[in-house]
Amino acid sequence: MKAAKTKYAEYYQIYVWELPVRFYHWINALCIVVLAITGYLIGQPIAIHSSTEASFQYWFGTVRFIHFSFAFVFFFNFLYRIYWGFVGNSFASWKTFIPYTPQHWKEIFHVLCLDVLQICKKPLKSIGHNALAGLTYFLTFLVFLFQAITGFGLYAGMSDNWFTGLFTWIIPLMGGDFAVRQWHHLMMWFFIIFAMIHVYLVFYHDYIEERGTTSSMVGGWKFIEKPEKE
Amino acid sequence: MPHKPQTILEQMLAKGYTRRDFLRFCSYITAAAGIHASGLSKVVKALETKARPPVVWFHFQECTCCSESFIRSSHPIVADIVLDKISLDYTETLQAAAGHQAEEALHKTMKENYGNYLMLVEGSVPTKDGGIYCTIAGKTALSTVKEAAEGAAAIIAWGSCASNGCIQAANPNPTGATPIYKIITNKPIINVPGCPPIAEVMAGVVVHYLAFNRIPQLDGLKRPKAFYSKRVHDSCYRRPYYDAGLFVETFDDENAKKGYCLYKVGCRGPVTYNSCGIIRWNDGVSYPIQSGHGCIGCSEANFWDNGPFYQHLASFPGFGIETTADTIGTILGIGTAAGIAAHAVATNIRKRKIIKHELEHSVKDEELKATDEEKKGGE
Repeated sequence: MKAAKTKYAEYYQIYVWELPVRFYHWINALCIVVLAITGYLIGQPIAIHSSTEASFQYWFGTVRFIHFSFAFVFFFNFLYRIYWGFVGNSFASWKTFIPYTPQHWKEIFHVLCLDVLQICKKPLKSIGHNALAGLTYFLTFLVFLFQAITGFGLYAGMSDNWFTGLFTWIIPLMGGDFAVRQWHHLMMWFFIIFAMIHVYLVFYHDYIEERGTTSSMVGGWKFIEKPEKE
Repeated sequence: MPHKPQTILEQMLAKGYTRRDFLRFCSYITAAAGIHASGLSKVVKALETKARPPVVWFHFQECTCCSESFIRSSHPIVADIVLDKISLDYTETLQAAAGHQAEEALHKTMKENYGNYLMLVEGSVPTKDGGIYCTIAGKTALSTVKEAAEGAAAIIAWGSCASNGCIQAANPNPTGATPIYKIITNKPIINVPGCPPIAEVMAGVVVHYLAFNRIPQLDGLKRPKAFYSKRVHDSCYRRPYYDAGLFVETFDDENAKKGYCLYKVGCRGPVTYNSCGIIRWNDGVSYPIQSGHGCIGCSEANFWDNGPFYQHLASFPGFGIETTADTIGTILGIGTAAGIAAHAVATNIRKRKIIKHELEHSVKDEELKATDEEKKGGE
């Protein structure tokens, strides 16, 4: 084979997101969408002026049932992701989420400068999450945990389930069901705003870096430009 | 000369009740205190043989609605027994004695029965400025409560004032009103919240203590499990409408007339632990929800600050009265969308060189075809 020098960039293929990570991501996304919609409906049920007897309707009960069942899926999916953070590849590792080295922080400021404020020119080629994204996901994990604890804590009041019973301590800690419910509801907005920014930034990186960021969460592959020789 | 204190049975017989009345009373109170039927004989035996421990009942920052509720207990026999004895000891509002006499009675009881008396507290205790906002007989409530708790066998905090501060502790809590369990930490305390608590619940708690000489089983917030383990919502007769998604939208609409669920007009039933839905009030006549008004959550801590009462979501402090979590979320969401749009526009301006460079380096369709042809030709 002759080493044809082209004016076009050449790319490596790199398998970034393993199958369990992709599954986690989409199950998580589905859960968040379902939980946010049903959660909003529980907080603000739609008005129905109906002449049907209550005994023939159960829509609100169904909405609540969906919310509760997806909550369990959401929580155990999250636990699975934590496990995968210890056994998965380097892109899935817990080390990408917690900025415990100066390098992490250097990259965080670099990303802020380059992509958020757009005042730096020096390119940054992180392959998995960049450090700022990692930190943001770490914060979302904390919110996941908060939602799970407060949600199960509220649920425990109407259940004999031993598992949700593990979360009842949150009620006296926050001063009662009312406060717990209030914060649980407010945190729903965190997810909505997170999702907006998250999806936008995926599109942004795909557009600016042309490495297949969006499709990487479907197929797992990203494309890294080979450094130009000579 | 110390006289042997009468048992409850003796007291009742002396008042002209029969033993049959006594047994009826025992079985009623066993059920009311949430004790299993098999415990009935224990209750009977206890009330037959044990002298009722002396009781002192304090009133601090409160409105006396707890006492009012208690004396309206639908089975007056309970109130009779407890109150007759209490009036011998100490309670500001119901005792015959006054002034120095009352103080003397209180201190006599506390001294003679050190370690044995039951201390009932109605009202919160102000702690700001040395506790000067509530003083009785020249002493602050704070010093009285500490002094009396010293020799108490157990403390019952009546009502929301004593168990979580109620309206006096509502923001900005000018007097530093504090519930009893935050002041006394070394004694068994039973919180019986509610504004006021249900009379039968109060009687049930007292009788449980009288019968077994120990406090009933409590939950994480020190409330008797027998009465506070379920939410008002769980026993609400309007609950089917909730599950069916049929709600009152405004108090004057058709749904209100039909008696639908009051969730959307602010009912706190789903977050309030109490037995209103089961025991109800005034001998089981009614309770707020049955009267067409949502529960205001009077037995929950901070219920005054979780307003407005007619809104399902509370307003958030610091954002104005009508600002709920949803308003804040919507505003933040719109802000985010605007930020994203601005960033997208800025990207196309700031990064135009990169974008241009990428476009220039894109392989053209014709060029690819040409390369393919070349390859074929080469083979």
